[in-house]
Amino acid sequence: MVKDKIAIITGAARGIGFAIARRFAEEGATVIIIDLAQDAVDEAVAQLTTDGFSAAGYAGNVVNGEQMAEIFKTIHARFGAIDILINNAGITRDGLIMKMKESDWDAVIAVNLKGTFICTQKVSRYMMKQRHGVIINIASVIGLMGNSGQANYAASKGGIIALTKSTAKELASRNIRANAIAPGFIRTPMTDTLKPEVVENYAKAIPLSRMGEAVDVANSCLFLASDLASYITGQTIQVDGGLIM
Amino acid sequence: MDIEQKVKEIIIEELGVEASEVTLEANFIEDLGADSLDTVELIMKFEEEFEIDIADEEAEKLTTVGKAVDYLTSKVG
Repeated sequence: MVKDKIAIITGAARGIGFAIARRFAEEGATVIIIDLAQDAVDEAVAQLTTDGFSAAGYAGNVVNGEQMAEIFKTIHARFGAIDILINNAGITRDGLIMKMKESDWDAVIAVNLKGTFICTQKVSRYMMKQRHGVIINIASVIGLMGNSGQANYAASKGGIIALTKSTAKELASRNIRANAIAPGFIRTPMTDTLKPEVVENYAKAIPLSRMGEAVDVANSCLFLASDLASYITGQTIQVDGGLIM
Repeated sequence: MDIEQKVKEIIIEELGVEASEVTLEANFIEDLGADSLDTVELIMKFEEEFEIDIADEEAEKLTTVGKAVDYLTSKVG
């Protein structure tokens, strides 16, 4: 589905980002991992190359436009194309609105929303020239339904969904598709620390009565990145076990 | 190569038009079929080729081949 494609995934050293990278690598893509820390990037790349996959990595901060432009330029020069961009890098700084620090609001909006914009802006330059490309933005069901204690995160993810639609409209004439994925409750190292009864409570609200796996998100990315989705753009696909409908 | 010739070559390549269409009077959008993304790409290409920065308010004024040639000549020539 994505054989020999060059796919960049931000925030891919671990968690959902790494699951996406692994899944794309399994399908024959060359995956390029971007994350903050060089050692984490190196470790993630090593895990994939040890398994015989084609992977490379760069340390960078998605909020730093100049740095990202330089990284994408290097990637383009090295691999000759950028076929797929998956904007996955994201953070949380939870707190009730009444108590939320402005710095926590700013940090979440910067990484999640501005970071997605910056990477889209820099990479679209290459995709426009090559007259094809796929951009996938990782949003969240929280961006659709809101969540107490996550005003900043919800706003950033809702913003990503709107950004995705604008990207889709602006770049469609250049054969570039842009879609968002809104994961629900996905099992990650972070949720593994939750008490079983808490997880059970979450699961009760989900029609498929279980938490999702990172690979569920990765599989949806794979579909959207492939030609199977060639007539789909500007959409938000929920991967949430039916949590919200 | 003089600037006019280079500008015309860039336009021919970027917009995929015939050399005979690229007159100094030709308007990028009305005569050469460029859309808004094409004009952005064209300005970016000028910036790259001539190693200059073109401010947005300047770029908006470059609606014809002649205006682009005059502007770039004044900046580079």
